[in-house]
This record gives sequence, C-alpha cells and structure tokens, in this order.
Amino acid sequence: MDQGKHILFRHRDIANIRDLDVYLAHGGFEAFKKAVTTMTPQQVIDEVKNAGLRGRGGAGFPTGLKWSFLTKDSFPRYVVINSDESEPGTFKDREILTHNPFQFLEGAMITAYASQANTIYNYVRGEYWDVVAGLEQCVAQLYERGFLGEKLFGTEFKLDFYHHRGAGAYICGEESALLESIEGKLGQPRLKPPFPADKGLYAKPTVVNNTETVTNVPFIIQNGAAAYRQNGTEKSPGTKLFCLSGHIQKPGNVELPLGVTLRELIYTHGGGIREGKGFKAVMLSGASSVVLKVDDALLDTPLDYESVAAKGAMLGSASVIVLDETVDLSWVILKTTRFFKHESCGKCTPCREGTYWMLSILERINKGGAAKADVELLQNVASQIQNKCLCPLGEFSVTPVLASLKAFRGDFDAHTADGAPKTAPKKAAVAAGD
Amino acid sequence: MADQVTLTIDGVSVSVPKGTLIVDAAKRIDNDIPVFCYHPKLKPVGMCRMCLVEVGRVMKDRATGQVVLDDAGQPKIGYGPKLETACTTPVEPGMVVVGASQKVTDARDDILEFLLTSHPLDCPVCDKGGECPLQNLTLRHGPGKSRFIYDDKQKNDKHVPLGGPDDALIFLDRERCIQCARCTRFCDEIADDHVLGFYQRGRKIEIATFSEPGFDSKFSGNTTDICPVGALTTADFRFGARPWELTTSASICNHCPVGCNTTFSTRREAKSGGKQVIKRVLPRQNEQVNEVWICDKGRFGYHFVESPARLTAPLVRKDGKLVEATWDEALTRVAETLKAAGSALVGLAGGRLSNEDLFAFKQAVTGVGGKALLDAQLAGGELTTVVGVSVGTDLGQIGKGTAILVVATDLEEEAPLWWLRVKAAAERGATLIVANARPTKTDRHAKHVVRYDVGNAVSTVAGMLLEGSSEYATAFAQAENALVFYGREGLDFAGTQALAQACANLLIETKHVGRANNGLIGVWTSANAQGAAELGLTAMPATPALLAAARAAWFMGTDPLGDGRLTQNDLPPFTVVQELFLTETAKAADVVLPAAAWAEREGTYTSGERRVQRFYPAVPAPGSARPDCQIIAEIGKAMGATRFGGFPAQVFLEIAKTVPAFAGLNYAAVSAVAPQWPDVGGRDQYYGGASTTNLQGLGVQLPSAAERGVVPQAARAEAPKLAHPVGTMLVLPVAKLFDRGATFAPSTLVHPRVPAPFVAINPVDAERIGIADGDDVELALDAATLVVPARVTADAPEGVLLLPVGLGVDTPEGPAAARVSKAVRVAV
Amino acid sequence: MLTDKYASEIAEILNRYPAERRRSAVMPLLYLAQSAYGHLSKEAIDEVGAITGVAPTDVAGVVGFYSLYHDHAAGKRRVQICTDLPCALRGADAWAAEFLARLNLKKWDETTADGEFTVEHVMCIGACDKAPCFQVQDSTGIHFHESQPDRAMTVDEAVGILEGLKGK
Ligand SMILES: Cc1cc2nc3c(=O)[nH]c(=O)nc-3n(C[C@H](O)[C@H](O)[C@H](O)COP(=O)(O)O)c2cc1C
Ligand code: SF4
Ligand code: FES
Repeated sequence: MDQGKHILFRHRDIANIRDLDVYLAHGGFEAFKKAVTTMTPQQVIDEVKNAGLRGRGGAGFPTGLKWSFLTKDSFPRYVVINSDESEPGTFKDREILTHNPFQFLEGAMITAYASQANTIYNYVRGEYWDVVAGLEQCVAQLYERGFLGEKLFGTEFKLDFYHHRGAGAYICGEESALLESIEGKLGQPRLKPPFPADKGLYAKPTVVNNTETVTNVPFIIQNGAAAYRQNGTEKSPGTKLFCLSGHIQKPGNVELPLGVTLRELIYTHGGGIREGKGFKAVMLSGASSVVLKVDDALLDTPLDYESVAAKGAMLGSASVIVLDETVDLSWVILKTTRFFKHESCGKCTPCREGTYWMLSILERINKGGAAKADVELLQNVASQIQNKCLCPLGEFSVTPVLASLKAFRGDFDAHTADGAPKTAPKKAAVAAGD
Repeated sequence: MADQVTLTIDGVSVSVPKGTLIVDAAKRIDNDIPVFCYHPKLKPVGMCRMCLVEVGRVMKDRATGQVVLDDAGQPKIGYGPKLETACTTPVEPGMVVVGASQKVTDARDDILEFLLTSHPLDCPVCDKGGECPLQNLTLRHGPGKSRFIYDDKQKNDKHVPLGGPDDALIFLDRERCIQCARCTRFCDEIADDHVLGFYQRGRKIEIATFSEPGFDSKFSGNTTDICPVGALTTADFRFGARPWELTTSASICNHCPVGCNTTFSTRREAKSGGKQVIKRVLPRQNEQVNEVWICDKGRFGYHFVESPARLTAPLVRKDGKLVEATWDEALTRVAETLKAAGSALVGLAGGRLSNEDLFAFKQAVTGVGGKALLDAQLAGGELTTVVGVSVGTDLGQIGKGTAILVVATDLEEEAPLWWLRVKAAAERGATLIVANARPTKTDRHAKHVVRYDVGNAVSTVAGMLLEGSSEYATAFAQAENALVFYGREGLDFAGTQALAQACANLLIETKHVGRANNGLIGVWTSANAQGAAELGLTAMPATPALLAAARAAWFMGTDPLGDGRLTQNDLPPFTVVQELFLTETAKAADVVLPAAAWAEREGTYTSGERRVQRFYPAVPAPGSARPDCQIIAEIGKAMGATRFGGFPAQVFLEIAKTVPAFAGLNYAAVSAVAPQWPDVGGRDQYYGGASTTNLQGLGVQLPSAAERGVVPQAARAEAPKLAHPVGTMLVLPVAKLFDRGATFAPSTLVHPRVPAPFVAINPVDAERIGIADGDDVELALDAATLVVPARVTADAPEGVLLLPVGLGVDTPEGPAAARVSKAVRVAV
Repeated sequence: MLTDKYASEIAEILNRYPAERRRSAVMPLLYLAQSAYGHLSKEAIDEVGAITGVAPTDVAGVVGFYSLYHDHAAGKRRVQICTDLPCALRGADAWAAEFLARLNLKKWDETTADGEFTVEHVMCIGACDKAPCFQVQDSTGIHFHESQPDRAMTVDEAVGILEGLKGK
C-alpha cells in the first residue's frame, strides 16, 4: 500500500471528504452508478467474491459468498449494517462513520443492489449518538441528490436507508441479537439455523455486514478485484483497520495491508510500547482475545486471518490491546470478565451463571487472600462454560481467562495466600462494583 | 414410510416423523433426556443447555455428496466438536445420538451446578419440593457440595406478587427462578397474553409483569404447572400442603361446556377440623379436550364446595318457616305432593347436573306425567344432537383445510379452552371466521372478521348460504371440514333458536355434518347442557307463563328467582328445590333438599364437543347432603315413576339402554385410557411432578344423529325483530368469565379480578349524551332502571351499550332497548 | 402526552419501519420518551406501548435490557465514564476516582448536590484510543468528551466541561 494512499480511511488523504461535493469530486458514487446501471446483481457479487473480501466484523467470512446465500426468489430482502462496534478496544467503525461517511454509505448501497434489497438499516450503537445525527444529514443529502429513493439512475431500482440506534448492549453486535433489536425486542440471540440469509429481519432474507466490510466495496467495484488484491495476502486480501489501544505510544487506528507483522504494526505504526517498557502480552481482537505472550516469533507473525489462527488466536476485528510488563493479568481478566458478565444477555445458563461466578472468584483473587484452590476453581468454571453456550459471547468470556491461566498462571497464583502479589495490581481506586 | 426418519439413540434404533426433535424421539423410547426450558407445547429455545447430547451424523463427501463408508462398508459417522441441544436439533436419517456417555453426563453436571449457583436451595420450605424437576435432576446430576461461595449468591426478592399485593393470583420467588422462559413463552405463544416478560439482562434478568392488573391473563395458573422449579406458585396453594401428603382424584371442570379434565389434590388436615379438603385443582392431560391446560376459573373456582353456606340438612316449611327435617320426612312430603300434581308438575333442572341426574330427573318427572325441562338461555340442543360434532373430532388436530365460524360469542370469556384451541387451529392454518357485533379477542386470529349490527346474527349466517355472497362464505363452503361455534350474545332465547337453526342449515347445505371435525357446537352457559339435550330434555328458560298452570315445581340446581327471571308470586302452590345453597328460589320453597357438589360424588358430563367424561368423588359431602341422582331416585321410587336405583353407574347403564347416542356405553368405556403424546406425566422430566397423568379416562365421543343415519333437514330460521324505539339505545348483555355467580363467588381470592359493574359505551355516544369515563349512567329499561358507571371505549359499537352479565347488576336476558342518560347523583 | 407534543417525530419514526412492524419503533420511541420525561416511568412505557400497539410488559422488557434506557430518575445529566480494560490501561480508574472526589461524590451512581450530574461507570464506549473519556447522556442525546490523541484530558478539564453544560 502506498504511503498516504488509503482505501478505507480516505479522509486521511483527502480533506473534507465528508462533504458530499468533495466526495463526488473524488469519484464518489461512481461505483454505485456503475453497479446499478451496468452490472447485474450477480456480477457485483462475483466481483466481490473474486476480490476475496472477508467480513471485518470478526469472523472473516467471505462477503461475496454470504451474499450469494440469500434464499432465492424470496422478497423483500434487507441489508443490515452492523455498526454496533462494542468490543472493548474497537473504535474503527466510528472513524469511518464520522470522517468518511459517504464511502460507507455507497458501500452499503452497492451491497443492497447486489442483494436485491430495497431497504438498508444501519444499526449503530446508541453511544454514537452524534455520529448518527451526522449520518442522517448525509442520508438526507443523498435523497436530495437522487442517490437514494425511487428509480435510481432511471432504473427500476429503489432504495431506502434508515438508522436504528442501539441502546447499550454489546450482544447486539451478534447479528441475530441485532435483528431482534431492530424488531423492537430484547437483544437476545436467535437459534441458528435459520440463518439471516434465509430468515433474517422480519423473517426475510437479510445480509448483515460490518461497517468496515462494506466500506471496501466501492473500491472493488470501481477498480476491480485484481486491484483490490494488490494489498494483503492470497487468502486475506485487502487492507484492514487496526485499532491500537492500551500501553502503546500512539494509540489510534491505522489502515494497513492484511499480513503486516505485529512488529511493524506496534513499532513502526504504533510508536512502540509506552514509556519504553517491555511488551508483555497482546490481545489482538479486543476483550474476547486469546491473550498472547509476546516473543519474537509472535512479533514476526503476519496479521492475517490464517496466520493468527495458526497461533491459536483470532484476528477478529483487529482490536489490538497492548499490555506492557507492568500489567498483572489477573487484573486484566477481572476487567474482561466484568465486561462479559455485564453484557451477558442472560438467555443461556452457562454464560449467565458462569460469568457471574468467574467474576466472583476473580474479585476474590484480586482482593488478595484467595487460595490457590480458587485459581484452580476459576480454571474449572471457565472450562465448564466452554462449548456449551448458545452464542459466542459466552465462549468469548472464557477465551482470555483460559489463555491467561495457561500463559500467565503466576500472575494469578501471586495473589493467593500461598504467594504474595509480585506486581502491585492496578486496583480500581473506586471499587467498580456492578 | 417416506416421512419417517430412523436414527439411533444410545444404541436403540427408533423411527420418528421427519422434523421430530431429538428430545422427543428419545422420549418415544423412554429415554428421558433432561430438560428445563424445553416443553413439548412450546417452541424450542435451547436456553437452559441441560439437554446437551453428542450428535453424530452420516458423513458425506463434499464434492460428490456420496455417503462415506468405513472399512466395514457402514456409513461413517462424524461427530461435531461441541455437544448439541437435543431440544432444538431435528433428527436426521442415520443420526447417532449419545446421551449415556461420560462427556454428556459431565456436561449435565456442569449445567446443573451453574443453575444451582444462584438457587436458594430451600427445598424444605418450597411448594414444589417433591414434584420438582430441578430437585429431581439435582439428585441425579447435582454436585454433592457447593463450590459457590454462599455469600456471593445473588439475593433476589422472594414472594413477589405478580399483580397487586391483594389481587395477585400468582406469586414469584425470584431466587428460585432459573430463567427458562417457560412461563413467558406460555403467555406469549399459547395464551397470546403479553403480560409476563423478562426484565434486565444477564444474571440480573428477572420475570416481571407490567400489565394492569399484573399478570392479566385468564390462563395464568398454567404457568405454575409448567414452571420446572418452585418460582411460580398460586396464591391458592402456596404454603398449603406438601405434594406427598396429597391424594388425587380425577374430575371434570364444571364451569363451562369445554369439559376440561382436572385433578383435585386433597388431604385430611387438622386446620380444617380433620376433614378431607381440596387443596388445589390441576389440569389432567386430555389431548382431545384441554391438552395440559385449564383456565383460572377452573383452577380457582372450586371453593364453593367448601363454603360454610352449603346446605347440610333437608328443610321443610312449617308455619311459614323453613326448618330442618329428616330426609324421610322431606322426601315423603315431596313425593306425595309431586305425584299428586301429576301433569301439573313442572321440573326445571340446571345444566350443571350430571347426565345421571338429568336422566333420573326426566324419568321421575315425566313418569308422573309432568314436564321436565332444562332451565337455559341458549337454545339449539335438539340441533347439536343431530348435526353436532361427530366422533373423532379433535380441535387439537385441525388446521389447514378446516373452516371455523365463531358467531355471537366471546369465546375467551365463555369457554376459555376453546378459545385456546381455536386460536391454535388458526395458527395451524384453519380459516377462522369471527362474526359478532363487537370486537373480541378471537378477532386477533381470524382470517375474516364479520361485524353485523346487533340483531343481525341470524341473517348474517343465513346470508352465507347465498352463492358468492362473500369471500368468507365461499371459504366456509369450500373447506374440507367446517365447524360452527354459536353463542347467545345479542340474542334472546327465541333468537338463539333461530341462530342455531341458521348455523345448522349452513352446515347441512355445505355438507359439513356427520363426519369427524365437522358440525355444530353450542357455547352453552353450563357444563352439561349438551348432556341434557342428548338425554332429551328440552331447554326452556323459566318464565312466569311456564309456571302459570303448574301445581307443583321442582327446581334442581337452578335459581330463577336469584337470576330475576321469576318472583315469588310466580311460584305454584308447592315448590321443592334441590340445591347446594339457600338460594333465592330455595328461600321461597316448601322443601329444600341439600345436594352433594360434583366434587363429592361421581357421575358423567357431556361436553360441548359431545364427549362423555367421568368425574369422581374427591371429598365427602357436608352434613347429610346427598348426590342428586340418589335423591331423585328415592323420590321417583316413592312416586312409582322410577325403576332403577340411585347409583350413577346403574343410572348410566339405564341411559345406555334407552338413549340411542349412548348405546353400548358403560363406565368402563368412559374411563378407558390410551397413551397420549406428548407424554407429560409421571417420572417425565418435561413437566415435573404436577399430577397431569390421565389414568382415569379420556371419555367417549357420542355419535351424532346424523352419523347414526338420521338425515338432517334444514328449516326456516328467522330471528324475532329487535324492538328499538327512537330515542333508545340497545343494551347488549355480554358474558364475563370472572363473575359473581354462586359457584364462583366463594373463591374470594379471585374477587379483586372480578370487574366492578360497568357499562361500555362508544366515545361518540358518550359525547352525545355528555358522559365521561367513570360517570354513572342511567339505563331506563322496560322492566327496571339501572345505574352503572360508564367505561368509554371504542369496543362498544355506536348506539350499543355493552353490559357485562353477572357482576351484581340485574341484566336483561337478551338485548333490550333503554333510554340512556347521565345519572344525576342525589346528595343525601 | 408524547402524541400531542411530538406528533411529527413519532410519524417520522414509525415511517422507518414496515407498517405491520410497529414494534420496531419501540426503541427510538423510548429514546424520545426518555428525552421528554428524563426517565422511563410506567406511564412512559404505557404511552410507547399505546403508540406501537405493543404490550407494556414487552416495552418494559426493552427498557430493562438496554443500559442506555433508565427506569428511574437521576440527575439532569448522566456522566458515564468508561473504566473498561483499554481505558483502564491508560489510567481511567484512578482518573475516575479523582473525578468523583472533585464532584464530592463518594461512589458511583451518586448525583451531585445540585442535582445536575449523576456519575456512572460504563463499559467500553468505543473511544479507547482517547482515554480517559466519558460521555454525557441528557435530553439532547449522548455526547462524547475525550482526550486529544497526544494528551490525556485532565480532571480539571473534565470538570470544566461539566460546568459549561450547566444551565444549558
Ligand atoms: C458477541 C458478538 C459481538 C459482535 N459484535 C460485532 C460488532 O460490534 N460489529 C460487527 O460488525 N460484528 C460483530 N459481531 C459479528 C457479527 O455477528 C457478524 O458476524 C458480522 O456483523 C458480520 O459482518 P461481516 O461478515 O461483514 O463481518 C459480533 C459477534 C458476536 C458473537
Ligand atoms: S452465550 Fe448465552 S447468555 Fe451469553 S450472550 Fe450468548 S445467548 Fe446470551
Ligand atoms: S436447552 Fe434444551 S431443554 Fe433447555
């Protein structure tokens, strides 16, 4: 990727691209026009398939393939954009929606054309209140300029775009819970099957894609799959937004080709570890990460879906949380567990009860005075939750726990009666009781 | 069979219909996979994760789709990395399910330990203890020792009334709740009452109600049966008894014509003076009648049996006063006088009496030349015996291809279980046509809602026979099967007669008679009106004219004076009343004979679906009260009119000999049972310990006359015109399930749920007359002037006032014209 | 009544969803009711139920499930500080403690003496790179206040922001 040439973060190259005229002056909505006026939906799907675009919401599922799963001959269909972005350490979609809104909107609109949907709902987490207000203005402009509404470009294609605000529930990032939420219900995940492509919003065929995912699409349609594949790896093509947070010198988002090494990401783009401390561990996909012990082999790992999976972890949404040498993992896990306990929807037993139980043990460990057996129990309870939950949230809650117990057991044992704390835990000055 | 799937569960091969869930397939071979959230009557949700099993599937080559074979030439079975929920996974051909492995046992132990982390473990004081799935499964899978620190347990509210502290019928113990959502799903899916839901999320999630009043459903009690722990209990039974102290006896609910199968739990207790008393009523499974549900009237409306106001000894009028007498004295007096009256004897029986009572009554009265009638407000029994639903009719099975017409009745208020079943049939694809002058809850599931002006029920139904008259008429005519439920809303007795005839005509002309799942169903106002019709008792409301020439009257289980249909002056020189209570009619009688309530004796009822069902004694009768048929037999014998004895089984044999529809029947046949599906009783983990198992009889459906070869004939059906002078509005009496009737009023715990009297008026009329919500309205009827508070609602059609019956205001028998004005409150 | 005061907003909200899917409007209508009334009382829930034809119990379920709906009254504004992992790694816990102390609050969920601010701690709000950060929820919506990329927001600055909001 040329320095200073972003595909997703074009606002970093072009000033005021969130102004519709500026966006249009830089080729805005040409891809949408091209798709609607010169391509069939199938051709759009094929182009995206060939580009090898994979979902940026976490699972990395091939996007074109997902679109092709829509139940044949069943209408109406819906496109739902997942802008729920609630995984701790993730803040990339917010930057797109705030600074490069039209490219996102165009991508969503092409997605709708490819899916033969006439309605798009963008589900945005409630916290991004002002972001939605801005987006609604953008949408109003698109109606005014004839990019949304009836008979687009003189064709029979019509398209409406609406926003639906979430209201503070991480689980609504899970696509079926998200659909329940748009339907005005509690955000509890549905049983699968049926999948959204068959019975999604209002039990109609529905495509659910992440904000970043669809923001790739205008480039692919405009420049073709081959151009898109110039970045990234064979199996993980394109660029990816990496969210850097924690003990990093320069926190923030960076757009880099998939396959960039962790070393380059942290030291070249992130400015290295804060205060020149040692790099103890990293979480690559937010609070639900496998906590990885940092060593040279890890630093040289290319950050693409396959290579990270080979390390037993997930790239997920690429929310990279950096933990320096001062960090006590038992405290980190207290934080992640509190998050999942707070966000568990309560539908299934292991997640609802298990996260509550893990938190109770972790609080005991962090307060000091726990016994080694408590650490043992934590391990037990975590394993007991594993593989039994209705949706991935419960499984996510376990991942950092088991990984840390494996790689950093000492951090936990140090708090037990039979071993004094080595590093002072960063205890919350105010008990963040919940 | 093409639609059968064969699989193996724990080494046992089983064939089940395609689409069956693993948990149900296992049940077929008595392999009880433990469940909490799953209930066979509810949609699967896979929430509790208790039912995890190993699932192996036949492996197929991705490229070719060919089955992969192992060395022995058998299909290779591939197991997924995770256990799967048996309650949500449908069977597949060749599937191999393993529930008996260590891995699965461990998983169940794990889930159970999770469920207990927040549980108070208060079995010793819990109502469910002894019949609790959680308790049972804990014994099987629970940890011996709690690893969860007691102090970390979440403390939740106990004894939360679901409703106001005084009106709650159901209490919730939040600590015991395991969030299985059975109760909320029952309300949403089965009752369509969205009055119970989750509040909060995660570990804080709890059951809550925000309706007014709280948990506003006529089916609320069912949630206490399906709750797999002791979280939901009824205000009636909580802290009432321990399940293992209880004796059960089978019964049939006698509050409406559905005939729900029930079980009484009774015990002998010190606090009731050492008497055997009823502690609760539970549904008893009968898939063809009530499945596993009952309504709250059936569940809570038994307290009249134990009322201290019950009659305990015969009373005879002496010197103008009713005084206690011996049975001999009373019976002798009655027999002599009635016999002397001969053809001037009029006998009026209520529809709550059993088949045996009614038959004996008819024999005794007609034996001396008198007239035996059923005191009723809905006519048409002579039609439902001919074109009533036929043998094999099952509302639980019908769906696509069946049309159901519901006319002039508010099914949920008058026969709640029929409402449930009709709704479910509509959901399965039956075409539901609801015709009424005003909206009812049945409309929600109707394909066609037909609104007619009050008075036009008969012409509306008659109009359905005109070719191409409407889409719904065509749908009805062309349906493979068709059923009609008719009631009496907006009609007087003669009007109901015409409506029944119009409905019968419709069924006859469209060839929907004499076959299973076809025919006419009367929404009777009492439990055994159909039985009376089958036994040949003509329905006729008690009127002064009817008694004008009588020299003696015999009232059995009916209170025309109390209902305001007769006055003391209308009574003949001699009146005998056979009753549970000292009713208004009894107070005016010359002899009063105390009868045993249905819970104190045995007998049979015939439901509106023409099913003869048996009930059994649960508790002893108070004092010297006797079963009606025994009393009648003694009177009959003394009069020389009756040849048989007073035992119900004997009388029933007599019925079978003389009444063609009953030919060949006996108690053994009526109490026969057969396996039912879903199998929810006993050691079953689906349902817990509640005594739903039906060991006492599924009943027998009677063949209609049409099935027995009688060719039904259509006849003229015309309703009498409604008098509606200018300047008046129509008052339309409407039925309410929860009323102040004599057999419901003693259930005091339901009182707060019985509405205060009111009259519903349309906003347009209200404005015209100058009435605001809550204002008193004066209704000047021919017979009387009523003053009732108004409820302004669009549910009342314009020009019509809806006046609920049985709330303590004397309502007219049918629609009546009234001058309506705002009542002027006179300051005293 | 919402229907009197916000007829056009309600119509616009209902218009976003298919006519037979009014239940979808429950969430946006709850936001509307919350900004109108400050919190979601039983009456507000009943009103939203009446507009959408959804049973009050079902509306209430939504209120209870989502953390940005509030079923009880609090200060005029809710100040929601993120103390989740990424922010905490950049000192959010200590920062929050100091912030509370400056407002004379002893613990979370307390309201300042003048009734202006209730301070809550929340899970990740999607501004992890700009820790410490907080958002203010009031009748106008939810607004972020966060550090500059190169410089952490001080407690003084944060208190200043709140002072600036007063009276608005
Ligand atoms: C608990 C949970 C939270 C999730 N949160 C998000 C989210 O905030 N944003 C998102 O795009 N996807 C999220 N996902 C993934 C979505 O379910 C879904 O896979 C994604 O929106 C698909 O879009 P994509 O194919 O474009 O990635 C989450 C999944 C789970 C299980
Ligand atoms: S794992 Fe279970 S409780 Fe947790 S969020 Fe998913 S469904 Fe809800
Ligand atoms: S998950 Fe299967 S019974 Fe609850």
